Parts: sequence; C-alpha cells; structure tokens
Amino acid sequence: MSREVLIEAQNLTKKFDGFTAVDHINFQVYKGECVGFLGPNGAGKTTTVRMMYCFLPPTEGELIISGLSVRTNCRQIKANVGVAPQEDNLDPDFSVIKNLTTYARYFDIPKDEALKRSNAQLKFFQLEEKRNVPIMALSTGMKRRLIFARALLNQPQILLLDEPTTGLDPQARHLVWDEVRHLKKLQVTIILTTHYMDEAQILCDRILIVDHGKIIEEGSPTELIKKHVGEEVLEADYDDALLPAIKDAFPKAHVERLGDRLQVFSDLPHGTFENFIKNHRLQNVMIRSANLEDVFLKITGRGLREE
Amino acid sequence: MSEPNLRKSPAKFSIPALSYRVWKVWRRNFDVFLKTIKVNFLPSLIEPIIYLAAFGFGLGGFIPAINGQPYVYFLGPALVAIAVMNGSFFECTFASFVRMYFQKTFDAIVATPISVEEVVAGELLWGATRSLINATIVLAVIGAFGLISSPLFLLFPLVAFFGGLLFASIAMCFTAIAPNIDFFNYPSFLFVTPMLFLAGTFFPLTSPTLPPAIQSVAMAILPLTHIVNISRGLIAPGTVEPILGLNPVILMFVSIAWLVAVTAFFFIISINLMKKRLTT
Repeated sequence: MSREVLIEAQNLTKKFDGFTAVDHINFQVYKGECVGFLGPNGAGKTTTVRMMYCFLPPTEGELIISGLSVRTNCRQIKANVGVAPQEDNLDPDFSVIKNLTTYARYFDIPKDEALKRSNAQLKFFQLEEKRNVPIMALSTGMKRRLIFARALLNQPQILLLDEPTTGLDPQARHLVWDEVRHLKKLQVTIILTTHYMDEAQILCDRILIVDHGKIIEEGSPTELIKKHVGEEVLEADYDDALLPAIKDAFPKAHVERLGDRLQVFSDLPHGTFENFIKNHRLQNVMIRSANLEDVFLKITGRGLREE
Repeated sequence: MSEPNLRKSPAKFSIPALSYRVWKVWRRNFDVFLKTIKVNFLPSLIEPIIYLAAFGFGLGGFIPAINGQPYVYFLGPALVAIAVMNGSFFECTFASFVRMYFQKTFDAIVATPISVEEVVAGELLWGATRSLINATIVLAVIGAFGLISSPLFLLFPLVAFFGGLLFASIAMCFTAIAPNIDFFNYPSFLFVTPMLFLAGTFFPLTSPTLPPAIQSVAMAILPLTHIVNISRGLIAPGTVEPILGLNPVILMFVSIAWLVAVTAFFFIISINLMKKRLTT
C-alpha cells in the first residue's frame, strides 16, 4: 500500500547563533496521519513546527509540505496549513468574533463565509457566550480553545498543534481531543506536540521522540511501549530488602528506582506479578499497564530540563 | 546538498516583494483605530490649538513679520508638518513595538498567507495614514483660524501620506533594533524633539542671527525641514523661506525630490531590518 507523503524533512537543520536547535532530522508524515512530536523542553519540537509553516527558515536541509518547499512556496503552504501556536497570540485589540473574522480575512475568505465559519467554530468550541467579549476577559482554557478554533478557519489540509491542551481543565481537554479525532476522520493530517503522554498515546498514530534536536525514536505508541518497557509495570514503595526477591522471580525484568518508589518492568504476559505480590510484603503496591510515559522517561532520562 | 551556500541565508538584503495583502494588515490597524477613534481624535485636535495660542497668538504678538507675513501664518503650516512627523513616528515605534513584541500580532499574521514583508509594509502604510489623519485635523484647525492662503492646500493630504511614510520607515528601523520599549526614548528625545524645534518650524532657518551653515545641515539631515517647506508652499506660499538662496518653487521641488529618494531608501531598509529581526 503506497501512501501519499504530505510532509517530508530531509536533513532539516535549524541553528540559532551557533546553537543547533534541530539537527539534521529526517522524517515523513503521511496524509491523514496524526504524528506526535514528544521531547523534553528545548528538544527542538516547536522549532520544527515553526519551520513547517515558514515562521522560521531552515538553516540547512529541505522541508517539503504537500510537494512544496518551505524555502520557496510559503504562501501556498500557509494557505493550506492551520496553526495553533503554543503562546497566546490572539489579537487583544479585538473581541472574540472579530479575532476570527479578521484572521479569516488574512486568508482571503469572503466576509459572509468568514462569519459563517467563525460562528460554527464558536459553537463547536463552546465559546458562543463569549462572542463579543474582549480577549482579556477570557480564561486560559478559553484562549486555547479560541486559538484552536482560529486554526481551523481556512479548513486546513495540515494542522499544526503546538501543545494544544497545556493549561486546560479535563473537560476542555476532552473537547480538544474530540475535535482532533473528528479531523482525523476528515483525513486532516495533524502534527501534535505535547508533554502529556496520555494525550499522545490516545491521539497519535505515530510518535517521534526528539531530544537535543535529533529524532531518537519512532513508532506507534503500542510498538514503542512493547519495545522499550514491555507489558506490565509493578510499582511499590522502595525497599532494599525486596531487590534480591525481585531479581530471583523476574531475572529478565528491568528494575528502576524512582525517588522512593520502585518500578519493575516486565514483558511477560499480563498477570505475571499477581503471585509475587501475594507472597511478598509490598507497601502501596500497584500493577498497571506500561505506558508511553515509561517509554519517554526511559529514553530521554529523568534529569530535569530547563528551557 | 546542492547549492547550500546560496540558500543558507534567507534573510539577505532584498527589495521586498509585496502584494495587495499589505492592505489587510493596514485594515486590521484601521479597524482598531475606528474602535478607539474618540481617544485618538482629541489629542490631535487640542495640541495644535495650544501651540497656536501659545506661540502663534501669544508670543507671535511680539515678533515682527517674517517675509512680510504675520508670525502666526509662518507657524500654521509648520504645525501641520509636525503632525505628519508625530503621527507616523509614534505609530511605528511604540504602537508597532507593542503589536510585535507584547501582543505577538505579527506572529499570528505571518502564519497566514501574508508574508513578514507585507506585515511590515502594512504597518508602514498604516503609519502614513495616521500622519494623513492627524495632519488633516491640524489643517482644519489652522483653516478655522484663517491661516490658509492658497487653494493648493488641497494637495497637502498627499504630502502628509508620503511624508508620513518617510517617518514611519525611519521609525520602523528603530523598532527593528529596539531591545525593549524604553529604547524609544532615544529617538524621541534625540531625533524627534530636536527636529520639532530646529527644522524651520518655530523660527526661520534664514534668521540673520544664525550661521548660514545651519540651512545646509537642516536640508541635508532633518526630514521635517522638507515637509515644512512643502507645507508652507501649499498652505501659505508667502511664508516659504529662501533657504540656501533658492527660489520658493525650486526649493519645493528640491524638497519633494529629497523626500521621494529618502523615503524609498528607508522603506526598503526598514522592511529588511524587520525581516531580519522577525525571521532569525
């Protein structure tokens, strides 16, 4: 099955004053796919996204969007891309509705059509009551939703979502997720950056883990989990005395100490840990499925990153 | 990689490629202006009246005629020229900086089919429009005081727009290099304020008590001098100074030529500087 490649990076590199933010990366994104860029702060996720909508020109390499180069065809590329940036750049000089209609005008969308689309977006993102309110009066969550709504005005073929749910309450997060799933059904190609692993696991068909400007791992969420952390995780309060018993019972398992907690990763089928916890005294024990966060921490390490 | 060196520096100097989209940026600012028109209108109306009262009618009573004209006729066109300068200079420094740096309005616009160059050009055209609006208000004020003596004043809005474009472009160069908003104190106090008083506005550059060299300096480096010359020529032709011994008509054409050339220069420079700031 040959799938249409919609985004292709070849040796894509971005340097700022000698600092290499994105370092010769190669990747492809297929039509209708939702690809998640995960990485610690400063890994190069946002810089990569910014190159996709011509906000930053690449220093080296090539980036092709829908068959067009970001070096030469910015105008056509931007007409077909929707951008929900990480920072709030809503227009504080305008009301909610005027933010949308003004933005639609930048895309040459005729006035009537702009108003129609704007109203539909306000309705979906449950912002109708705030229609004529100035931006200043919106909560962080409402601003994030409005930024998402604004990104859809040009009915983009490719949607770039840079941390779309940061600062949102659970209700608003689910609203955003519903919309992402809806857009996937419409074959919109989505690039998502996020720090929430559950979000990436739920929404993304494929994950690219980036660190220090390089792509260090790639695959579907289930593939990555299977490959790096296995099936199941046993968690309990840390106790030196337990280690020999664990080593004995699960010689191949990966054991990790996380603060005062102990984690045992096993790639044996579910249920492996049941007997063990019956026969040993463990405090605050928990058995859970391995998840993407385990993968992420394993691959990128546990050290804190400063931006 | 083929031809990497040619393509490595996208921010290299160039003549900006602009399209009709610059007017969408202009329109955004115009819409905001309309929303806040009352706050925008009053200062530009009051300020020239204060200058006219203090200097024109107050101090002016003690000043002998200039070129056979009462001082207030000499001052009137200068106030219109000052409005041209202030209108776009402050729009394209403080106001543009707020939109660029604090509001991230430019960032939002460049995610659409509008380019960085077009955003900056739209800001410049909007600055020029502010000059046009402010100068027209002042023109109406001095008209109400009976200080307009030539029908050529009808051409002045055109001069206000293009003169405004010059100050907008110069202002945008400062905006492109401003590390923070306080930086604008430098151009305000070291460029705008000196010009406000030294560009043949409140006293004649041809005053016998001044060294003649001041005329050359003002003509060479103070853009406001040229707006004042044209303003006098169109609004109160009898008050045009014989700067550098030039005949008033020739002086006006010299000033127009100077403005066109310098405006084109700074228009292109400012867009390039801003592009460099915004895309690297």
